[in-house]
Parts: sequence; structure tokens; C-alpha cells
Amino acid sequence: MLTPVTDADGAPFWRYAARGELRVQACADCGEPRFPPRPCCPHCRSFTSEWRPTSGRGRIWSYVVPHPPLLPDYAAQAPYNVILVELADAPRIRMVGNLVSEPGAPLGSFPPDQVRIGARVQVVFDGDGLPQWILERP
Amino acid sequence: MTGIKDATAIVGIGQTSFAKHLPEDERTLACRAVLAALDDAGIAPGEVDALASYTMEETDEVELAKAVGFGDLTFFSKIGFGGGGSCATVAHLAAAIAAGQATVGVAWRSRKRGSGPRPWTNTAVQLPTPAQWTRPFGLLRPADEIAMLARRYLHEYGATRDHLFNVALACRNRANQNPAAVMYERPLTREMYMSSRWISEPLCLYDNCLETDGALACVVVSAERARDCRRAPVYVHSAAQGLPAQHHGMVNYWNDDPLTGPAWAAARHLWKHADFTPDDVDVAQIYDAFTPLVPLSLEGYGFCGRGEGGAFTEGGALETGGRLPLNTGGGGLSEAYVHGFNLINEGVKQLRGTSTAQVPGAATCLVTAGEGVPTSALLLRN
Repeated sequence: MLTPVTDADGAPFWRYAARGELRVQACADCGEPRFPPRPCCPHCRSFTSEWRPTSGRGRIWSYVVPHPPLLPDYAAQAPYNVILVELADAPRIRMVGNLVSEPGAPLGSFPPDQVRIGARVQVVFDGDGLPQWILERP
Repeated sequence: MTGIKDATAIVGIGQTSFAKHLPEDERTLACRAVLAALDDAGIAPGEVDALASYTMEETDEVELAKAVGFGDLTFFSKIGFGGGGSCATVAHLAAAIAAGQATVGVAWRSRKRGSGPRPWTNTAVQLPTPAQWTRPFGLLRPADEIAMLARRYLHEYGATRDHLFNVALACRNRANQNPAAVMYERPLTREMYMSSRWISEPLCLYDNCLETDGALACVVVSAERARDCRRAPVYVHSAAQGLPAQHHGMVNYWNDDPLTGPAWAAARHLWKHADFTPDDVDVAQIYDAFTPLVPLSLEGYGFCGRGEGGAFTEGGALETGGRLPLNTGGGGLSEAYVHGFNLINEGVKQLRGTSTAQVPGAATCLVTAGEGVPTSALLLRN
């Protein structure tokens, strides 16, 4: 499996994720959240930022179901779902992830044909600190 | 201030054959296409003083200039974002020539995508997407990234797979008139489309462009010089690049409105500097790495309203004789996927009256580059 190749701006996200926290970068001056993380606020041009906790809740904005040819580790789990989650606390932030049956379950554990746009989801984390999503009301 | 409007013209086009596998390497194919384009224009290689290409091109300016025997170069430009750069090559040459920085410009594209490796399998390279936020979750390929937008587009506007099929069919029908097309003499039916294997749901095999080896090139000179060339000039009437505010590459999911992509930004400049409107476009060559890019582009370039791109494809609108004949050489879906350069040359053929699917009396053509990534577009006229 591919693990996140982080950059300086993104590293805090992954450090919080490793502790089981979904946080997003926000401007420390004007408060606007932004994603992906970057050095400067596009609204007020401030270079100071903070990492704001989120509720970890969201809704599915869209999804795809990849089929091979894929990289081998992914082909072995295909067809699986990849979802795009609009965060309840910051609707312009849409995070790519996977809808799984339970924390730590493989990519293909939730049946792709049961994924629905608009479904409410809750973040969980696998053993490596990778964010995953489960249905809010299974 | 007239800018670049009609100040320059494309006077030569060249291409190699297109196939899943060609024996020659990319550099050789590039040289062949460039020499064919210069021969078509009747211009000697030693007169070339400007080059433009786009990223993911393996043959660089130095190698091409040495091999083909160009003169001293005074302008060279390499445009970012892969297939989004195709039309910008001509735009940069037009701007340079109109501004007096050069006199004879060559743009080209050479690729071995049919027999070579697929770029997305190279996980050591950070592709021009924010990979840490996508790839661990199995969103690996350009097809997956565009399918995400396509699913939302279908959901939000009631567009259907039949609309995507209309795009694939129009391209295939034109390829069946084009002996140079990879899919020549290989008709497509609705049943084939609907029963084909998935690549990334909701996109199936026929929603994806071809994997092709091949190269193309074109020659740009001033309008004044063009009058003395071998071929009737095809004028660069308007040109634009487009990188909208808060855009993020092919995973354009973090701005307010992901379904209004780079086409919208390019279109605003393109039409502002043109003497005609979308209603006056006789034929269009719209970048079709994936079928959903066409309805999104039809909306962005103003051929229909927001959310109407799917419905626009109904009733044979994209076919010969339809409201907007599309990708008349077969496009990336059915002629060849050479990062969109074949769309530029096909636009030139239409305005010369030499296309294999000629639109009678075609006088204006829109050509676009990759949508979903920072893009570019041209309005050509004869």
C-alpha cells in the first residue's frame, strides 16, 4: 500500500491523525480553514496558522469504484470504493478517503454498490493512523 | 490594442502514424513530425527560431534543435500541467511572434504511451496532484480523479451514461472516416459501450482515451509571412490559458465549485478577445481524455448553460451535420491520444477543408486542451 508522502505543510495533519484526531489547518488571523495545508492564507495573506479540531463528521459528496489495472496492493482489493467527504465543520473541505465496515477494515470491506451520495459518515483511524470513514448510522 | 488577434497563423502541420506500438523512439518520432510540418509549410528547418512544448515531453529543445538542424533559437517555452498545455504551445508561439521575439515557431508532441509505461504507475514521482491526500486511499489514476467529478456531475444534473456514450460515439464515428485513426474500421455500438468493463465507475473502457504511440507538430509564423507560404493560413484568432482561483490540479475538490473547472477561466479570456461567439463556431476539437470532460467543457466554453452539457449531446448534436460537430479526426478517444495535439492539427485540417470528416465551409474552430488541469484553448479561423 502507498503511505502518505508528506510535505512540511501537510506533516501536522498526519501527526494528529496518528493520535486519532482529524484536524484541519486554519488561518490564525482570519480563521478561514484551508485544505490542502499551505504556508499562507489566501484570504488575508497571513503566514500564521493553527490546527483546528473537527467533529470528524461529514457527508459523501461523490465516490468512485476503481477496477484494475491498478497498483498490485490495490488491485488485490478491487473493486473498492473511494469516497469524497464534505466535512460538516468546513463544507469547502472535501477529503478523499474510503468507506469501510469498521475501523482498520480493508478498502473493499464496504460494498461499493451500497455507497450513496449524501450519506452521513464519521471518521475513524486504522492502525497506521490513516483516516477512514464509517457510516454515522450503520 | 489588438493583442494577438489574427496576428499569426498556423501554416504547417505534420504527424507520424499512430499505433499501440511504433518501433521508433520518441525522439525520432518528434523529428519526423517536425520535419513533416516544416515541409508542409515550405519552410527550411534553419529558419526556425522559436519552440514550444509542454511538460511530460521527453524530447527536449536542445535535442530536437540539434537533430533537426534549427537556426539560433530566441524563444522557447515549456508549458505546465501535461495535456492542459497543448493549445498553449501555439498561444505562446503566437504571442512571441506577434511581439517580435521570433519569426518561425514550431510546437510539437511526441509520446509512446501505447507501448511505454503509464505515468501513474511511477509512485516515486510526485505527480502534479496532491498525492499525499489521494493516493494512499486508492485514488491512483487520472481516470479515478475525473470519475469522482463525473459521478457528482451525473448526480447533480441528471446527466446519464447515455450522454457519455454520445461523446464516445461521435468520436468513434469520425475515426471510422479517418484512415489514420487507431480505431478506423472499428465501429462502436451502444451495447458494446454499456456492457464494457469498468475502469473506474462510473467510467467504463470507452470513456477513456487510447494508449497511443505517435508524434505531431505544427508551424506558426506571422500573418504577413503566412501569405507567402505553401498552404492557406489558419489564423490564431484568440488564445487563452486558464488556471482558476483556488484550483488544485486534477483533484479540483477543494474550491467552492469543483464542477466549474479551468475551461471557464480560459473561456472568459478567449471570448473577450474574439470577434465571434460560441454560436458562430463551425466545428470543435474538445479535449477528450475522458468523455465527461466534453459536457463539462461545453458548459465552460459557453455552448450551453450550467448543467446542460449532457443534454447538449442528444439528438446527434456532436455528429457531422449536428449543432456542433466534435473531434472530427476521432479525438483522443478514437483517433489517437497524443496529449491533445492531434486536436490542434485536426482543427487546421478543417479550416483548410482537408479533414476526412469535413464540415462544409468550416471557417471557425475551437480547440481545447486538457480540462480538470490548468488548461488552454485556441480559436482558429481561416
